[in-house]
Parts: sequence; structure tokens; C-alpha cells
Amino acid sequence: MSVLVFAETSEGKFKKSAFEVTSYGKKVAEQLGTNVVVLTINSNDPTLLYIYGAEKVLNVSNDALKIFNVEIFANIIKQAAEKESSQVVILESSSNGLYLAPSVAVNLNAGYASNVVALPSATSPFTVKRKAFSNKAFNNTQITTDTKVIALAKNSYGVHENIVSGSIEEFSPSIIESKLSSTAIEQTSGKVTIADADIVVSGGRGLKGPENWGMIEELAEVLGAATACSKPVSDLGWRPHSEHVGQTGKPVASNLYVAIGISGAIQHLAGVNSSKVKVVINTDPEAPFFKAADYGIVGDAFEVVPKLIEKLKEFKATNA
Amino acid sequence: MKILVCISHVPDTTSKINFTENDTKFDSNGVQYVINPFDEFSLTRAMWFKEKQGATVTVVNVGPVATEPTLRKALAIGADNAIRVNMEATDGFSVAKELAEVVKNGDYNLVLAGRESIDYNGEMVPGMLASLLDFSFVNACIGLEIEGDKATISREIDGGKEILSSNLPLVIAAQKGLVEEKDLRIPNMRGIMMARKKPLTIVEPINSVPATSITSFEKQAAKSACKIVDNVDELINLLHNEAKVI
Repeated sequence: MSVLVFAETSEGKFKKSAFEVTSYGKKVAEQLGTNVVVLTINSNDPTLLYIYGAEKVLNVSNDALKIFNVEIFANIIKQAAEKESSQVVILESSSNGLYLAPSVAVNLNAGYASNVVALPSATSPFTVKRKAFSNKAFNNTQITTDTKVIALAKNSYGVHENIVSGSIEEFSPSIIESKLSSTAIEQTSGKVTIADADIVVSGGRGLKGPENWGMIEELAEVLGAATACSKPVSDLGWRPHSEHVGQTGKPVASNLYVAIGISGAIQHLAGVNSSKVKVVINTDPEAPFFKAADYGIVGDAFEVVPKLIEKLKEFKATNA
Repeated sequence: MKILVCISHVPDTTSKINFTENDTKFDSNGVQYVINPFDEFSLTRAMWFKEKQGATVTVVNVGPVATEPTLRKALAIGADNAIRVNMEATDGFSVAKELAEVVKNGDYNLVLAGRESIDYNGEMVPGMLASLLDFSFVNACIGLEIEGDKATISREIDGGKEILSSNLPLVIAAQKGLVEEKDLRIPNMRGIMMARKKPLTIVEPINSVPATSITSFEKQAAKSACKIVDNVDELINLLHNEAKVI
């Protein structure tokens, strides 16, 4: 018996979400009275997982696994889960984690719950709380199969230190043939992505045109934030679809979300609801976003944002 | 090419979400239902294949009779025929098993679905379906080209995209970007009239066993009021000292 966590790496490094799932897996294992085993592939330093409670690390090092492949990775997770007799398998809600989880569930004949936001409220029957209706509500889901697969929602449980003296076991799974082949990866490096950002700065139609995005980018740079936009802005082609956040765009679960010139249509709010603190800057005091935000400034973005950039630079200089 | 497009019947994006029966059921009172927006991306792409490359397009839903107007809407947009698996959809795994049966019986070689439904947001049925069928699968698909038996697929990844290739059969889960917003279609009167005559087949489920069940719902907790501040100094102060996010 065990709880298996898959801690993803990107170019050998763990992201915050890898530590979050490890912290979470450790607690779930405690609830079940068993141990946590963390599987990782091509990590530069698997011992970092000890800080978050990984008692045992299954460490896979194989150059053939440098590029992610859903079929091969799902099969490796299956091999690890069978080897460790895992009753719960926990994945990140990254683009790869969410791609893998349904295949892992079928491979293990397991019930699967995605968007899980908290520790199981009960272990028998195994019950988890999940986001639903695009962040407008939650549901409590029982997983009734012997083996369970969970994808933990980003930034929902948090990273918790829980230092253990763990051990590393080198693991050499067999590698299956895949029907899919990756021919190219186009990824901007060095830019904060919406998925991983602690802070997201987002612009709407109130900015009047794509030529005015300079100040959004500058504000994002000062804050170390990712840039995002509302649906009309991406539909108009002012910004790429990959920046659209909202119900049919990307979900945001950052610590801080700054909405500039976004009125706050219900579909937009659904996508950003999971952010912990929301700030709105809008000329219209009746804009629905003011009902959803924590802090607001009623004013013209073209006046407020440059001032905010200037003052934040001063703040960063004194608080660095 | 035989294309199957999976259609979820979901509350309109502007719906207010409420629950009844002691928070165990979704309150559909006064709610308008639509084709799940992510499935609409797939349906739009399927229509492109039908018109430019030649394909038959079947739409499918696993649900009770109440979902039929949504399937009719997909027929009005241009799908050739529809299938409804007569079962209440309560769990992703059992829905995927029902769909796998439909795919096997209909010999489809391209299955287009949406990345998630906007009601339960599971993001699980397309991937499970592909695994059950041993078809190739690409999630968060933002580009799809087919030439003969070969598919070139773009997948959105954190901070960029990945290009993949695979032979058919294939399942994809559409993400925004697969088609342009301007290409989405609204049924016209002729389409609506024709849809009435197109076949909508009802098939009985194979009674797959659910792997999960929802026991209750909760609404988001009520929020405290927004603090309106006059100047950026005060905002920075609050974000630093009160919210502790900068």
C-alpha cells in the first residue's frame, strides 16, 4: 500500500506545483496510514523532494524520456503504481499532468477526480472536494474504485515543508512504443507563464487597442507577473489566444490577479475566481468586476497604470 | 474520413449556478442549455473537414432526452446525423466507456471532443476514450491537419505549443485556438429545417459502472466587499501589508 505522487520536472527542475503535490501526497498518505512514494523523471536534484515529505523517491534517469510523451509517461506511472501497490495516484494540474491523468486512470482501472482543492474529507468512502461549474461552485465526489487517481488544482493546497529523511531508489521502467511522435516544441523561455505565475496582470477592451499593451507588459515585468487578456481582446486579435483567461480560456489560480480595463463578465470572472487576491482598475464604478474584486481603483487605466508602475518601482527598490 | 464529434449539453456560460434537493442536484430551473463551447470548436473544425476534404460528421451525446435540442442544434450547424446514448451522465469513466462502444460500432477514425465541459470541467472523457480504444490522443489541441491517414496536431503547453504527428485513428480534445471565433456558426433557418429530417438515433447504454459519484455541491463562499482606494500608494500598501501578495 502506498500513495504515489508524480512530481514533474521541466529541464531537470521542479516547479512549485511539484512540491505542492508532494506536500499533499504526504498528508493523504498520513490520512490512509501509509507511505508516500514520489516518482520523478530526469530530475537534477530529487533530494529536494525530502523537504516536502517524500519518504521514498523513485528516480528515473533516461535520455529517451527528455521529451514528454503521454503514452510512455502514463505507462511508467502505471508500472510505478503497480510496483508500489499504490491505492492513490496524485498528479499535478499542469498541461502534462492533465493530459496524462485520464490515461493513467484507464491503465489502472481507477476512478479519477480532477480539480481537487483540498485533502480528502473522508477516506472510506474516499471523498474529495473539486471545483465545478468553471469555478462558480464545488462538488464533493466519492471515488468508488479500489485505485484512485487525483489531479490537484494548482495553488489550492499550497506548498508545505515537512522535512523527512528520505531515500532514493533508482527505477528503470520499460519504455513502450508510442503511436505519437513529437516533431517540434515552440516555447518561450524566460517569460513567466500564466500557469505558473504567482501574479497575473490582465488587460481588457478598456485599453482601446493592442498598441497600448506596453504598459501592461511593463507592469507585469515590475511585478514578475505573467500577462493575460479578456476574451474580446483575443477574439479581436489584439493578443494571442494563449493569453485569454476566462471560462473558455485559461484558468488562473495565482496569488494576485490585476484586471485593467476589464468589466468582469461572468465568463471572465469564472476563469479567474481561483486567484486569491483580485485587483480591478476600471473607469466605470458599476463594472461587475468591482463586486468580485478585493481591491479596486476607479479611474482611467492610462493615468493609473503608469503611476502604479512608477510607485511599484520605488517600492521594489526599497523592499528588495 | 468518418468523424465523431462528442457534444456535451451544458448550461449557457452566463447561467447563475444554483442547487436543489439539499444541494445534491443542479437546479436547471430557468437555465438555457447550449453546446459546450469547447465541443463547438471541434464541431466547427469537423465541418471544415467535411466541406474541404470530404467526411461524414456524426455528433454524439450521452444523456437523457432533454439533451436532444442540443444535438439538433449541432445537426442544424451541419452534422450529418446524431446519436444519443440514453443514460444520465454522472461520471467520466462510464461516459467514456459508452462512447468507446459507439466508436467501435460506427468505425470512426477521427473523434473530436472538447478539452473540458464547462459544467463539470473534468477534462477526462476524451483521454479515457482514447485509452480505452488504444487510439492516439492529443489534449488541449489548437491545430489539426489531416492528410490521408496522417495527422499533424498542435497542442498547447505551458508557455508555448508542441507539434505532434500520428496516424489515424485519433482522438483530440479541443482548446480555444483550434478554430477562430469568427468561424463559429450560428444555425440558419435552412439548417434548422434540414436538421429536423436528419437521423437522430437513440442507443441503449451498455450499463458501464460509474467509478465516481457526486454526493453534494457547494457554492463559492460569499465575498467581502471590494475596498475602493483613491491612489496607487494606498493600493501598494494594502497589497503589501494586508493581502501580503507583493
